[in-house]
Amino acid sequence: MTDEGLRLRIPEPARGDRPAERVRFISPAGEMKRPALDEKVERVALMRKQLVRVIDDDGVAVGEWVPELSVADTVRGLRDMVTLRSFDARLLRAHRQGKISFYMQALGEEAIACAQQRALEPGDMHFPTYRQQGLLIAAGYPLLDMINQVLSNAHDPIRGRQLPVMYSSKSHGFFSISGNLATQYIQAVGWAMASALRGDTRIASAWIGEGASAESDFHAALLYASTYQAPVILNIVNNHWAISTPEDFARGASATFADRGYGFSIPALRVDGNDYLAVYAASRWAAERARANLGPTLIEWVTLRVGAHSTSDDPSVYRPADEAASFPLGDPIDRLRRHLTAIGEWDDRRHGELVAEVDAEIEHAFAEADKHGSVKDGHVGDPCSMFDDVFAVLPRHLREQRAQVAAETGACREA
Amino acid sequence: MPSMTMIEAIRDAHTVAMERDDRVVVFGEDVGYFGGVFRCTQGLQQRFGKQRCFDAPINESGIVGAAIGMAAYGLRPVVEIQFADYMYPAYDQIVSEAARLRHRSAGDFTAPLVVRMPTGGGIYGGQTHSQSPEALFTHVSGLTTVVVSNPYDAKGLLLAAIEDDDPVIFLEPKRVYNGPFDGHHDRPIVPWSKHPLGEVPEGHYTVPLGEARIHRAGDDLTVLTYGTLVHVAQAAAEEHGLDAEIIDLRTLVPLDVEAIVASVEKTGRCLVVHEATLTSGFGAELSATVQERCFHHLEAPVTRVCGWDTPYPHAHEWSYFPGPDRVGQAMREVVSA
Repeated sequence: MTDEGLRLRIPEPARGDRPAERVRFISPAGEMKRPALDEKVERVALMRKQLVRVIDDDGVAVGEWVPELSVADTVRGLRDMVTLRSFDARLLRAHRQGKISFYMQALGEEAIACAQQRALEPGDMHFPTYRQQGLLIAAGYPLLDMINQVLSNAHDPIRGRQLPVMYSSKSHGFFSISGNLATQYIQAVGWAMASALRGDTRIASAWIGEGASAESDFHAALLYASTYQAPVILNIVNNHWAISTPEDFARGASATFADRGYGFSIPALRVDGNDYLAVYAASRWAAERARANLGPTLIEWVTLRVGAHSTSDDPSVYRPADEAASFPLGDPIDRLRRHLTAIGEWDDRRHGELVAEVDAEIEHAFAEADKHGSVKDGHVGDPCSMFDDVFAVLPRHLREQRAQVAAETGACREA
Repeated sequence: MPSMTMIEAIRDAHTVAMERDDRVVVFGEDVGYFGGVFRCTQGLQQRFGKQRCFDAPINESGIVGAAIGMAAYGLRPVVEIQFADYMYPAYDQIVSEAARLRHRSAGDFTAPLVVRMPTGGGIYGGQTHSQSPEALFTHVSGLTTVVVSNPYDAKGLLLAAIEDDDPVIFLEPKRVYNGPFDGHHDRPIVPWSKHPLGEVPEGHYTVPLGEARIHRAGDDLTVLTYGTLVHVAQAAAEEHGLDAEIIDLRTLVPLDVEAIVASVEKTGRCLVVHEATLTSGFGAELSATVQERCFHHLEAPVTRVCGWDTPYPHAHEWSYFPGPDRVGQAMREVVSA
């Protein structure tokens, strides 16, 4: 008992405002063991205050987590990330040009989605958030379709139904994104349960940001994944910021987000999200566990949201300007590039050529999409199409409302 | 033809669906081993195995969220929310996810699932086991909302709901599970075995979604209602000597406007009856629809008899419930206006 009465703790960013201290428990690359797929959860839990890392400061891949990845595949990974970064840059420019209404970039987080996509198999299903466009790029989804979606023009594959970046592609293993947070996490578990019920071999991958892990659906998902031992990877992308709110509010008084796994008896890893090789290796480990009927794996990916939350956000008022420059895990593209250079497979000339080639590819795709116009200049599809897909079959009340829109606009192709 | 209670009819619909289509899976709280607190899924786990019918943790958002993932995978989940009053944690998954998945993905992903839930009062359930939240679903685009009133329709509508390619909210007024309750709570229960709608065919049949049923034909006035209140309205009409045409709407969205318009044009008078709270209830939608489409045929104001705008009171259940006296009095006023 105290004489002072009770006091309420309001979290401060636990590591202060100094960016270099934003990540604690940084293990040296190569230090951590790679557990057997069926290692006891209690032993895996001992790793939750450590960090799986593969690429060291000299660009050398070290330790048990070094993945079996050919040079060609490593270069392909670098290309995926460079493509994503260039794609984001081009679309941010399109926003400044007034061609699109909204955009969200993945700057600084490119390794996580790009490497995990390459680590999984075709047919597996991701349930992404709005910052995993790297999954589509690494799956070879057409850039033109992505840009048409962002422009919300008449060629948008989802027909102008959603905000830019809310892609959907079943054929590329990318579940329709909802603007609501965390709802997809339990849906991924349900998809994985269905796959197991049917004796399938495909697995699901659930995605969430550290901020949204505060939502009830996150806890529902962990419980269902644990109860039914669903073949699912439970990704938490810890980029340290939920718009302006530091990670500390969602994490509570726990040490890490990987801590969340142990209470549900779900093996949990904490992994350097800016290390392409570590992301690939940890994703493979989790996918192999799932496919071997060993159940779910939770992975906290430690990274940094380098840019703003979205084009509607101004981070200068709540975070230090030099945070990215001094982030202790560096930049994912620089690190993989340094690794390829260290093993004699890359140099500045080749990197320059790659960037130029990718930039040209993006510019070409953007120019193609731009020919179809955008929502900002009124080049959208048939307004009557808003009534399609509410139900499989258009019911009477929607037929009547559709006829009203047809009468108002005169634009509908069929009455 | 076998006689069934509504519980047996719902159970039979599950059985028929699970036999016909191995994509149909059933889960929810106490649904598997025990067969549900109202026994609607009794025996399914024993018959079809634990992979087809199983228990779920007490987390409604988890039940519906997992079902959406399963439906997106290609299964046909049928889930039970133990009481509609417990639906609210799942509301985001129903409204923001299941209802919109087809639209937001332009048909790339769909959510063909059925969410069953017992509704309504009359069993001394208090404020947390008595609610009728249908208007919270009818207000949402992309949802089909069904309220059943008898065993024959319950089986046929549930089979139609399971076969539908979109999410269906399937509401089961618990007071009519075991008999056609007419609102006289102080009289002996009449079992479904003594009612023609308790006659339920064996095997597969469907009752189409979106079609109302004329429960009782008549000329004095039209009563638009659904669920338990269908039987209350019938008792009220008989006790007050009125030749009411009682329409059991069965599906609220999509609404059978043709049936409503045809009846009101014939009778010129309309009473709307439901158990849910009055304000912004589905009765408001019905009343607006009738005056928009039948104004020149109306000889009296469209009137509503609904639950009071209070929480469902445990001790005052029968003062709350729109029973045959209140409904009959309103009928007389509509007819004499």
